[in-house]
Amino acid sequence: MNGIHDLGGMHGLGPIDREENEPVFHEPWEGRAFGLFAATVVFAGYSVDELRHEIEKMGHAEYLQHSYYEHWLVAFEEVLNKRGFVTHEERLARIAELEKGVH
Amino acid sequence: MATHPKETDPAIRVKALESLLTEKGLIDPKALDALVDTFEHKVGPRNGAKVVAKAWVDPAYRQRLLSDGTAAIKELGYSGLQGEDMVVLENTDEVHNVVVCTLCSCYPWPTLGLPPVWYKSAPYRARVVADPRGVLAEFGVSVPETTEVRVWDTTAELRYLVLPKRPEGTDGLSESQLADLVTRDSMIGVGVVAAP
Repeated sequence: MNGIHDLGGMHGLGPIDREENEPVFHEPWEGRAFGLFAATVVFAGYSVDELRHEIEKMGHAEYLQHSYYEHWLVAFEEVLNKRGFVTHEERLARIAELEKGVH
Repeated sequence: MATHPKETDPAIRVKALESLLTEKGLIDPKALDALVDTFEHKVGPRNGAKVVAKAWVDPAYRQRLLSDGTAAIKELGYSGLQGEDMVVLENTDEVHNVVVCTLCSCYPWPTLGLPPVWYKSAPYRARVVADPRGVLAEFGVSVPETTEVRVWDTTAELRYLVLPKRPEGTDGLSESQLADLVTRDSMIGVGVVAAP
């Protein structure tokens, strides 16, 4: 499918920002998100293509405004819900609990 | 709450998934620790640098690397996820190769580790295919007009590693000393290897 992810040749996206001595993960949660991919990909029976498809379905503005690992998060949340491993309902309930400091 | 609550701290969204998957017995947090440790400390561009240095000192290996990158890289023990099908692109006086993934972030994990943020960013993906010499100049690489620039768009199935030119004046260096000179950027094609 075409869409905002098909960025080759697009103008107006600004300068290329590079970081000296860039860490592999900028925040611990990025590392956890990466680990979740490697730990779930086999048992959950999805493919990298399916993850990417979920990312490519994001809204265009949303896609550009969010970071790489935030894209992954959207994809995990969708794929794990579809497969029934973690439903949207239980996940959103858990987020609400975590925000209140329950866990 | 939206299905994907973007206003929520992503750390909390990840924690929600990790805690639920752990409680269901589907993942082991210790396995996640090990994966993070592997990609932070064990897999990275030093692997690719060893491949490059070996190709510089061993002509037979260089031939194998250019004709079947996947197998030759595996000889050094680097293979697996996101490196299943590797093509090695040799930089010469005639051709300078640069790698991108315009659609996403595909990158050869076993030899280079996880990609830097700029590689995954919209500006690099958009511009390097339209103005490669301009982008290379921003990275401090000046390619002579007589050298052709080729930009390779990575796919989910096939990953590229650039074999940079060996710098002049390095005849006396050992393979491991040569490997120390090889930078990540030179193996993406947005850098050149400088003499020590």
